[in-house]
Amino acid sequence: MFGYYLELALRNLKRNPGLTALMIGAVALGIAVCVMTLTMYRAMSGNPIWWKNDVLYAVTMDFWDPERAYFDDKQSLPPEQLTYRDAVAVYRSDIPARKVIMHKAVGILSIDGVDVKPERYTTRVTTKDFFAMFDVPFQYGGTWTDAADWGPEPVMVISRKVNERLFGGENSVGKRVRWDDNEFRIIGVRDNWLPLPAFYDVNNGPLEESEDVYIPFGWNAALELASAGNMNGWKPEDLKTYQDILGSENTWVQMWVELPDAAARDRFQAFIDNYAIDQKKGGRYLRPLNNRLTRPDQWLVDNDVVSNDNRVLVGLAFAFLAVCLLNTVGLLLAKFLNGASITGVRRALGASRKQVFYQHLVEVGVISSIGAALGLVLGGLLLMGLRALYTTDVNDAGGTQALAHVDLTSVVTALALAFFATLAAGLYPAWRIGRIPPASYLKAQ
Amino acid sequence: MLEMQGISKIYRTDLIETHALRDFSLKVGDGEFVAVTGPSGSGKTTFMNVAGLLETFETGGYRLDGDDVSRLSDEQRSRLRNEKIGFIFQSFNLIPDLDIFDNVDVPLRYRGLGRQDREKRIKSALEVVGLSSRMRHMPSQLSGGQQQRAAIARALAGDPRFLLADEPTGNVDSLMARQVMDLLEQINEMGTTIIMVTHDPELARRAHRNIHIVDGQISDFKPYEPHEELPIQAATAAAMSPA
Repeated sequence: MFGYYLELALRNLKRNPGLTALMIGAVALGIAVCVMTLTMYRAMSGNPIWWKNDVLYAVTMDFWDPERAYFDDKQSLPPEQLTYRDAVAVYRSDIPARKVIMHKAVGILSIDGVDVKPERYTTRVTTKDFFAMFDVPFQYGGTWTDAADWGPEPVMVISRKVNERLFGGENSVGKRVRWDDNEFRIIGVRDNWLPLPAFYDVNNGPLEESEDVYIPFGWNAALELASAGNMNGWKPEDLKTYQDILGSENTWVQMWVELPDAAARDRFQAFIDNYAIDQKKGGRYLRPLNNRLTRPDQWLVDNDVVSNDNRVLVGLAFAFLAVCLLNTVGLLLAKFLNGASITGVRRALGASRKQVFYQHLVEVGVISSIGAALGLVLGGLLLMGLRALYTTDVNDAGGTQALAHVDLTSVVTALALAFFATLAAGLYPAWRIGRIPPASYLKAQ
Repeated sequence: MLEMQGISKIYRTDLIETHALRDFSLKVGDGEFVAVTGPSGSGKTTFMNVAGLLETFETGGYRLDGDDVSRLSDEQRSRLRNEKIGFIFQSFNLIPDLDIFDNVDVPLRYRGLGRQDREKRIKSALEVVGLSSRMRHMPSQLSGGQQQRAAIARALAGDPRFLLADEPTGNVDSLMARQVMDLLEQINEMGTTIIMVTHDPELARRAHRNIHIVDGQISDFKPYEPHEELPIQAATAAAMSPA
């Protein structure tokens, strides 16, 4: 009978095209808004490196103002970044299997003798383990050595996007480019990689896209690089030279370590605690000892990657969907009651209440399927609109680009949401039409 | 075939109670053609709805084809309607967006018959009513008389034990009315029991038996008397037979 019900459903939808369009539109709109907010929520709330959650740790140390905690609302947490001097000092430990200190900078890329317009690119100034620690994929080549970090050597990794723009996508390893007037040799091309949220450096926004250029950390001192991210200090300092900045109490360096087991973790915790105690002796680290090794999932929570606003937004989206579905219930009722006389005839000819119920439920299923498909398209358009709204820098496609990508999970979620929500909304009208006494419509038709 | 004993049916609203049938008793034998007459609001349609298992009743008993059908579930009543009862309505009640073939197909679908069996029955029923050449026409493309014949084909396709016709000629002109009546008589001659509500005394006279309902009760009962064939019957039969 399903085939017959499906045939009837399609006929019935054609019978009232206006009403049908309204119902499908209501479902689609509700679904689209839910798809958009769910996609945003998913992008911002997932742990993009869950498979290494047990071994990766963000390193934070509380050297802040003795009179006032770094976070007003989370007094127990230390600053999310380190000072340059602390980062470099702790980096010397050989306890971690991998370790990285880094920050974001900005540089202009150009090629001598080639007619390519110089462009400004976000750049990660980092130690070599960044790529191995975060499982960054390479299209060509690979990373640099420890010696290159502190040499520093003029080597560079560029993103696939930059490689396509500068070299048409061919293997550019060994080619030379200029980064802010300094010549670098390309040793690797990073493949597509978009961890969302950008967990390894959340202070500039969790939706930041991964950088396009990577250079060794040692270039900080050599080129006197400024951080393109947040830089915070807790006391007035007289910073006249770049060396003053490197030795200051300003935080701008992120540090992550990979500790393969609990023993390594304990040893490294003891190491940073001992370091802080030593610093206390020198008049720094005036707050109670509070050094932390934080796993990625907790790190995202501590840094409010998924803010309450987002949760409220998801709640509002579902409330909106509920309103759309309530309207759909009304429209379905109107549509089904409009065809009550035909239902009366079918009942007289032998259709049971159950058969009438299933027939109308199939019709609801058709509406929900079309609504879901349309909702997906609408949701995709809304996400694209969102991207257009937030992308202001031509070079910074931004994490918002990922938001415009409706992934398989979103598709499945939306389809399931539409199907079951609309089906649930259609249960009452389908049941109601089955309860109508057929005799009352037979004479009146 | 059909036996009702002491049936009462009451319609209730917040303010009033209407006794549509009061202590209603009737027996209709196998192969009978019974005409039901009575003024508007007398309970004729209620009787037909109860007889057709479209409505339940408060008190009394009802046996159909030897089985007690007084307290059946909706599922059982629907199955009985589908298998044993055919309905013909005054306003035809064809489904407007289905063609004639698909309209006749409706009761067969609910019986769960296979495609070939359904097709055979539909074609045969449409042949009986003389609409074989119009099976892909939409109801709106047919005259009133043709629509009623299509509705009769739909009632016949399921091969019912008895037909309930509620003013089947009420919406057609007098010539068409006689044609429809001739057709019903042919069907009755093939063994199908027919109960027909009508306001037309001439048509009622052609039934085997007339019952007159007033205020939900049978007020007059005319037993079956053989009657002479009316001249019009031969003419309409000739007109309806396939060329």
